[in-house]
Amino acid sequence: MPRKTDVSQLEDVGIDIDTELSNSDEEAPKRAKKGGRGGGRGGRGRGKKAASEEEEDEDEVPAPRGRRGGNRKAARKGKDGDDEDADDDDDEDGKGPKKRKKGGKGKEGDEESEEEEDKKGAKGKKKGGKKGKDEEEDEEEGGKGDKGATGKKGAKGKGKAKEDDKKKKKKGGGSSSSNSDEEDSMSEGEMAKLMEEVEEKKKLIATIRNKPWRMRRRLTHLRESQQFVDKFEGALGKGKGRKWYAYKVMMKKKWIKFQRDFENFRTACIPWERKIKEVESHFGSSVASYFIFLRWMYGMNLVLFGFTFGLVVIPEVLMGLPYGSIPRKTVPRAEADSAQDYSVLMDFNGYCKYSVLFYGFYNNQRTIGLLQFRLPLSYLMVGIGTFGYSLMVVIRTMAKNADVGGGDGEDGEFTFAWKMFTSWDYLIGNAETADNKYASITTSFKESIVDEQENQKDENIHLRRFLRVLANFMIICSLGGSGYLIYFVVKRSQEFASRDDLSWYEKNELEIIMSLLGLVCPPLFETIAELEEYHPRIALKWQLGRIFALFLGNLYTFLFALFDEVNTKLELEGSIRNASLWNMKEYYANFTLNSNDTDATPPPMHPSDIIRGPCWETGVGIEFVKLTVSDIQVTYLTILIGDFARAVIVRFLNYCWCWDLEAGFPSYGEFDISGNVLGLVFNQGMIWMGAFYAPGLVGINVLRLLSSMYYQCWAVMATNVPHERVFKASKSNNFYMGLLLLILFLSLLPVVYTIMTLPPSFDCGPFSGKAKMFDVIMETIDLDLPAFLGTLFSYAANPGLIIPAVLLMVLAIYYLNSVSEAYQGANMELKKKMQMARDEEKNRRNNTESTDQVQKDLEDLLPNRSLAPEPEKEEPPPKPTKVKPGAAGKKDLQKDVTLASPNPNVRGPVNRPPGPRGPGPMPGHPGGPGPGGRGQGRPGPPPR
Amino acid sequence: MHFCDGKITQLEWVTSKQRLPMNSSKPIRTALSFPEKRSYGELALLHGRYRELAPHLVPLDYTNNPDIKLPLSLLVSMPELKENPFRDRIVQTFSEDGQGDLSFNDFVDMFSALCESSSRELKTRYAFKIYDFNRDNFICKEDLEKTINKLTKGELTPEEVTLVCDKAIEEADLDGDSKLSFADFENMISKAPDFLSTFHVRI
Repeated sequence: MPRKTDVSQLEDVGIDIDTELSNSDEEAPKRAKKGGRGGGRGGRGRGKKAASEEEEDEDEVPAPRGRRGGNRKAARKGKDGDDEDADDDDDEDGKGPKKRKKGGKGKEGDEESEEEEDKKGAKGKKKGGKKGKDEEEDEEEGGKGDKGATGKKGAKGKGKAKEDDKKKKKKGGGSSSSNSDEEDSMSEGEMAKLMEEVEEKKKLIATIRNKPWRMRRRLTHLRESQQFVDKFEGALGKGKGRKWYAYKVMMKKKWIKFQRDFENFRTACIPWERKIKEVESHFGSSVASYFIFLRWMYGMNLVLFGFTFGLVVIPEVLMGLPYGSIPRKTVPRAEADSAQDYSVLMDFNGYCKYSVLFYGFYNNQRTIGLLQFRLPLSYLMVGIGTFGYSLMVVIRTMAKNADVGGGDGEDGEFTFAWKMFTSWDYLIGNAETADNKYASITTSFKESIVDEQENQKDENIHLRRFLRVLANFMIICSLGGSGYLIYFVVKRSQEFASRDDLSWYEKNELEIIMSLLGLVCPPLFETIAELEEYHPRIALKWQLGRIFALFLGNLYTFLFALFDEVNTKLELEGSIRNASLWNMKEYYANFTLNSNDTDATPPPMHPSDIIRGPCWETGVGIEFVKLTVSDIQVTYLTILIGDFARAVIVRFLNYCWCWDLEAGFPSYGEFDISGNVLGLVFNQGMIWMGAFYAPGLVGINVLRLLSSMYYQCWAVMATNVPHERVFKASKSNNFYMGLLLLILFLSLLPVVYTIMTLPPSFDCGPFSGKAKMFDVIMETIDLDLPAFLGTLFSYAANPGLIIPAVLLMVLAIYYLNSVSEAYQGANMELKKKMQMARDEEKNRRNNTESTDQVQKDLEDLLPNRSLAPEPEKEEPPPKPTKVKPGAAGKKDLQKDVTLASPNPNVRGPVNRPPGPRGPGPMPGHPGGPGPGGRGQGRPGPPPR
Repeated sequence: MHFCDGKITQLEWVTSKQRLPMNSSKPIRTALSFPEKRSYGELALLHGRYRELAPHLVPLDYTNNPDIKLPLSLLVSMPELKENPFRDRIVQTFSEDGQGDLSFNDFVDMFSALCESSSRELKTRYAFKIYDFNRDNFICKEDLEKTINKLTKGELTPEEVTLVCDKAIEEADLDGDSKLSFADFENMISKAPDFLSTFHVRI
């Protein structure tokens, strides 16, 4: 293309081109000299377009332009110094018009205007531009101070105001000229090219918000590309889908907002989430794990409560016979006088005993009410369903937790880095929340530090092993000792039971021994555990396991005593039954005897007069309820005295005490995780065992858990101090769950045993009159279901079928177990591989430079630099080198050199040794052409 | 001369927004993540928030793009930033001069980068800038120490801080130069589960 098509146009376009190319050359002045030299070479290179020199070109070509631009600009700056601010704009502006013009020019022009891809000739140039930019940015680092000091400041202030004007003017000029040019010649290929560009611009518009640019730069880019799109879209057809796009964006935003609101709502629905978070932020996740466990228990008990009350208690209350109608629902005459006494009621005798809370109150009517509700069946089903549901929930939760990872806090590669960079929630705008967040971040750091220290601890492994064996030995000894003690005491109490001349101690020996054990052993275990020096999290597990074993003794004695009682009652029952029948007969006989009228039907005996059996089920229920209630009392009182009173004393007596109470001996209490968790677990065991005989127990338990949540949350926040070593709870609560599962199993056994083997009382409860409790199922099958189902059931109950079924299950368990083991192995393997991949990546990165566009953009964002007026870049040198490389290059070089020296910005440090870039074609760079050459062309990473 | 002006007003999707208080409003709007329909409101909201920081300084009318900057001390008193331990850094990062004085453009910039719908990439970059206290484009130990002390209000002992810094660098530093470049940072952050959910501000 002839260089002088249109002088004025050239001028304009030249400006644009230059600015565009030099946009990145903002720091060009610093290396004016080098640039100049490079320029000469670059010009030559371009003339030849030799592939071998391409690398060189890449480096050098843009530089001269920038330089020239700089010169030009310097001149121009004299005129209007306020242009600087628009620098960015101009860079961007340049692109469009330039391209357009090129498009008009024809084939070669096309190639050159290519923005990103293909086209050999253009590529060199383009890459060069990029490279140049790179370098500049690098240098910019070094020369920052200088630059900031130079021209920027003055120009900035004024520039802003006029920025718009200037830019528009320039652009207007540029584009109009190019416009006309373009209209002149528009071929198919150009159309396509234009279309492409328009699409590109559109893309830019769409993604501009993701560019990490300053707003000013974004604005100008945007304006520029919009203009471009606007102008040429008209030629190419209307822009489509903008409305649709806007609509989509809006809907997306609405959807996001909806999701957010929903998420908030869901979080708000999780009860006590904030309370627990608060505790967690001050006491660490280990303490919080107790409260989470408590909450989980509450949820489960709520469901149990729903079943029990919905299917048993409420139907009986609404549709069953009212109080006082039949003997089992009436207080016997002998007890009637004291039935309302407080002490009696507190023992759950009197009216309590004959209420809906206990087994004995329920009638054995097969169906009640209009709905024909089969209460006995429902009672049995709920009793069994309680266990079924609990088992299912516990096991499912365990499985889910195991899925979460179950890892002991080891969550991947970036524990600390993530904590550092992502733990602060930028949404927090409330001082209190912020304080909590600070606390929780500190706590979590401490937790991780403990873990880390534990990892780093180099230890005398033999000593440690010896100590651990020793500690376990001692604990087994003390567990065995206490087990024997319990056994011995139980035996003795059986002996005592047959005597009546007992002292107070002998009467209460069992209880005293038990509570003493419970008092002494846990601290003893804790002391012994110090020897082991486990990580606190693991130590907690051991502690839990050991105390659990100790408490099993408690459970065992309790159950033992209970079965004794039941057996004596069962023995009694036969004789009472006879007495009751005899009494009834006597009553009727007396009636006929006393009244002469033999035909008169005797009025029914008053229900409170009838002789009752002992009703062992209610007795058992009462035992459990009493136990639960006393447990609640003890727990709450312990907190009140042990924690609250202690805290008050320490706090206020500290003013007048001889030593520092807060730091010294009594200090504040720590939250006893193991004790509380075990308390909860054993309590739940009591509930499971007692729920069948006292349906009201579940309700009591729900109340207990509810109040406990608030009470303990308050207590822990008000009276306790965090543990000395705040440690992270294991991510899953599976250890707690495991204990719960064990207790569930242990409490399942006695209940199922009583249901399956013991005969129900003859005169109380829903199963009275039946030989076994589960007969109610048989009855239902016989009476309510079609006959063939009955036979089906009888087949299913055949041992010939059951034994193979059990065998099959055992096989299935074995199979699943081995599969899971295989998976575990694969998991480990994968983890190892990931670790290896990571190391590899590290090594790889060690060897490659990481200068890329991203880093560039970042640097661009650095304060002071992006603002820099970049005085030189605005300038449009007469559009030269590219077109007329050979001759013009020489000339330009001359000019550059002369103009460059006065440029005040030149004094930036020259980061590149000028040596290797001699005027000759690569004397210092023997490196061959090709892809490898590219890296060489760039003289290594600039010093950082 | 005013060719561009004429051109822009012809854009059919701009015309309805002529009432905007700012000349540059439309591009800003697009540059933000606000969709067209609501952007006027949100931009106006931002302007309102900006103005209420210093009603006597900031004009209602932005037609002429007045060169007004609000100082850091005013900006960090915004409720959105008040409690943030990195508030100074945030403001400085988004200010063009690095001193913490924000023009309205910068202000809009800040909230568009920190808004919920901005991209992970963008957020990562700005997060990197924010945590790069000494602005050397690397997060080095010194930066990490400052970060920790801000996060924990200095509750950790110096040994603990050192331990944490060492661990963090060891974890995230891929190229072994004992400081985190942006590539390291990005790699680390891209795997963080809750970075996106925590690194945003609502206005």
